[in-house]
Amino acid sequence: MLASSARAIRDDVAAGRVSAVEVCRAYLDRMEAVNGSLNAFNLIDPDRALAQAAGVDRRRAAGEPPGALAGVPVALKDNLCVRGMRTTASSRILERFVPPYDATVVQRIERAGGVIVGKTNCDEFAMGSSNENSAFGPVRTPWAPDRAPGGSSGGSAAAVAAGGVPLSLGSDTGGSIRQPAAFCGVVGLKPTYGRVSRYGLLAFASSLDQIGPITRTAADAALALGVLAGADPADATSSRQPVPDFSAALTGEMSGLRVGVPRAFVAEGVDDGVKRAFDEALDTLRRGGATLVDIELPHAKYAIPVYYLVATAEASSNLARYDGVRYGYRSSRHAEQGLRAMYSRTRDEGFGAEVKRRIMLGTYVLSAGYYDAYYLKAQQVRTLLRRDYEQAFERVDVVATPTSPVPPFRLGEKVADPLQMYLTDVFTVSQPLAGLPAVSIPCGFVGRPERLPVGLQLTGRMFDESTLLRVADAYERMTDWHAATPPLWS
Amino acid sequence: MQYEPVIGLEIHAHLQTRTKIFCGCSTAFGAPPNSQVCPVCLGLPGALPVLNRQAVDCAIKAALTLGCDVQPVSVFARKNYFYPDLPKGYQISQYERPLALGGSLAIAAGGGRRVGLTRIHLEEDAGKSLHEGFADSDRRTYVDYNRSGVPLIEIVTEPDMRSAAEAAEFFARLRDILVWIGVNDGNMEEGSLRCDGNVSVRRAGQQAFGVKAEVKNVNSFRYMQKALDYEIERQIDLLESGGVVVQETRLWDAAAGRTVSMRSKEEAHDYRYFPEPDLPPLAVDAARIERVRATLPELPDARRQRFVAAYGLPEYDAGVLTQSAALADYYERVASEAGNPKAASNWVMGELLRTLNDRGTTIGLVPLAPQALAGLIRLVDAGAISSSIAKDVFAMMYDTGRSADEIVAARGLAQIDDEAALVAIIGDVLAAHGDAVAQVRAGRQATFGFLVGQVMKASGGKANPKLANQLLRREIERSA
Repeated sequence: MLASSARAIRDDVAAGRVSAVEVCRAYLDRMEAVNGSLNAFNLIDPDRALAQAAGVDRRRAAGEPPGALAGVPVALKDNLCVRGMRTTASSRILERFVPPYDATVVQRIERAGGVIVGKTNCDEFAMGSSNENSAFGPVRTPWAPDRAPGGSSGGSAAAVAAGGVPLSLGSDTGGSIRQPAAFCGVVGLKPTYGRVSRYGLLAFASSLDQIGPITRTAADAALALGVLAGADPADATSSRQPVPDFSAALTGEMSGLRVGVPRAFVAEGVDDGVKRAFDEALDTLRRGGATLVDIELPHAKYAIPVYYLVATAEASSNLARYDGVRYGYRSSRHAEQGLRAMYSRTRDEGFGAEVKRRIMLGTYVLSAGYYDAYYLKAQQVRTLLRRDYEQAFERVDVVATPTSPVPPFRLGEKVADPLQMYLTDVFTVSQPLAGLPAVSIPCGFVGRPERLPVGLQLTGRMFDESTLLRVADAYERMTDWHAATPPLWS
Repeated sequence: MQYEPVIGLEIHAHLQTRTKIFCGCSTAFGAPPNSQVCPVCLGLPGALPVLNRQAVDCAIKAALTLGCDVQPVSVFARKNYFYPDLPKGYQISQYERPLALGGSLAIAAGGGRRVGLTRIHLEEDAGKSLHEGFADSDRRTYVDYNRSGVPLIEIVTEPDMRSAAEAAEFFARLRDILVWIGVNDGNMEEGSLRCDGNVSVRRAGQQAFGVKAEVKNVNSFRYMQKALDYEIERQIDLLESGGVVVQETRLWDAAAGRTVSMRSKEEAHDYRYFPEPDLPPLAVDAARIERVRATLPELPDARRQRFVAAYGLPEYDAGVLTQSAALADYYERVASEAGNPKAASNWVMGELLRTLNDRGTTIGLVPLAPQALAGLIRLVDAGAISSSIAKDVFAMMYDTGRSADEIVAARGLAQIDDEAALVAIIGDVLAAHGDAVAQVRAGRQATFGFLVGQVMKASGGKANPKLANQLLRREIERSA
């Protein structure tokens, strides 16, 4: 059962071949078994999960329609609010925060019969590329105990890779779904900006953040996106674009598909093994009937600086609410020194180093005298980047790159050098800046004796997740990378 | 040396919407602390703002009334600063691209000069810090977030006012208009209308503006002029004594009757404004503007002119009756029901306003329906009761809520029109005042008036005055 796809579980539960409670128990056992070594979960809530699962079984018995995710265990990144369930963003400042409301995606999952089992570890406030910036300790990739699962949705990716859940949700601001999916050998989809409501997602960078699914197959990503997507009156940035039947788009067909490859962009700084896996993946696409087209994304090389200006600027404002006044951690040291001291002590003690670094950078970027040179300029380059993609999409249907230029690195390897860490985001920051959807799918392994997964990233047109998922699914039908299981899996 | 003050105002006005600007919480004033709050207006993690369309329409209404250009696209921006009553650590406001630009408002001072408006923008109010009134107020501040997210417009004027009196007049006129169009309740005690002043002085004849100080907290008409006058004098004294004015924010201390420095330019916040990524730009199309325009009530000036033209009222009457929309509405209903605009004006301006004033109440709470007052006027016009009796009837109507007809019938107040009855009364009066009758015959008209008065008195005020007059003259002649 643990190797089942979300779709298979749903079908079995809907048909009564297995109960949602049985499914839930099996996965809860698995989670408890793997979490000790992975540290993928901040919270597992068996009581709530079993009660939810029992509800699904009850409704099925009463003849109600089972729902698209009936009985499917779902883990949520710990920056998504669930009413009554501790939501920390892996930060000390929210260590004991219990939201009084549900994120829109939580409502949608539960309405579809999904069973929320717990909250996954992540980089603090989704800031990081290795999951080492968690106040609750790093996550490990199931493929190698001393290596990073990627970040920031490292726990969500590791949980799926280790069979702890068939489906988890992550959030992606500059690659935080796709890069950990690549590092853990699973599928990670960042939908188009506005496709999924952000209501209830603890904001990092509001103009970039998107919630998306992490799964073991493209078909499960399609299934999940169908549940998550759609306009939400509570999120003014959610789109009213019609939501197609993503599962119906999975025809297995890719003949006539034009795949753009930004050769110059992927030539530099890419690990040899990753490069080999990427070239092989392109070859597979070509064999599947796709045409490879060389394209240029002239401004892509500015994406990292632009990203770190825009994202940190928004973050510096978004994280201002964590001030110790209304909720969350409040420093009690030297309370007699007054309000300003309370603010600075609370934030100094409550936030980790990377979060503070980004708040300071973002505050600087927005400051009088620097705004035009940094924030405004970055927004202008962002427009150019969007145009690069628009021009590319006149000639191609999807753009292919590696998800990450490097395979999973060792824990601690890049912690001392934030810039090195930032540079690993080179292929994943331009899509959120342009608002575009992108998916990472397993496309091979590098290294010996360890096998370290490599991800292939496909970027699509605005609101054209259907094409991305179709190509990803067709690619899966031609390969078995997605079916590989990590050594932890026994 | 002569100095000329230069004053510009920034007015914050709550919009009279049912719900807050970015969530569905009530805006009602006076609820128990923190009882009108939700994840959005408390700034809980993950909560997002959704713009209240009613607030936008309200702001457009104000902008159109004040002759501003409503912008086809305006942009919300975050104003970042830390304060406990600001739950998100930023206020959602508008900065580079406000809702409306331009506009003006005439003041009587300076011969009907117009004060220019720079802009009107939409924003949310913050909560309220409560520093006093609790047992532990020496150690703690409490915060009430009921006000957090109440919609506001900020109206910024050009530096067009040249005295504190002008500024006070402008503010009063602006308040009247905002209340008139139903955008604001004008309640300064509850903080739904607030005003800050930018004050500088310059030597007479000098073109360039002086260095300005922002005076905060001038939140009542009473204090406004005092505060601005104080600040003007302070700056003049400074310059006269060889000092310089520094750019700063000053707070009006009403108790001490002076302004005190709050923060210098160097200490001023860097608000780090940037476009609010959680809200798309606000697009207002021409159709929407026209839809709002159609809901605009007639403005006081236009209504006053119409009262003069359509009802033949003197300018003075029209001015009094258009002091508030409610009073003007009331008057128009009385006038149309009674079919006598001038009489309606006399009653509304006279007995009604006097009574409201005596009882310390307002037109909005008047217990007397306009139809009822019109009924009284019709009785007078029909000659059924005399004007002086009508005043007594008015008082009884106001207090009992009964109609004029009922009161007149029940109390036997109907005018005496019966000739025989009047002649009988007159006969008694003539018999009792032989001397007076002789004087009238000798040509003393004043004494005729005395006799009329005696007849009215003898009739209990009910005699038809015109008829009594005629009959009295006839009876005096006849008895000669």
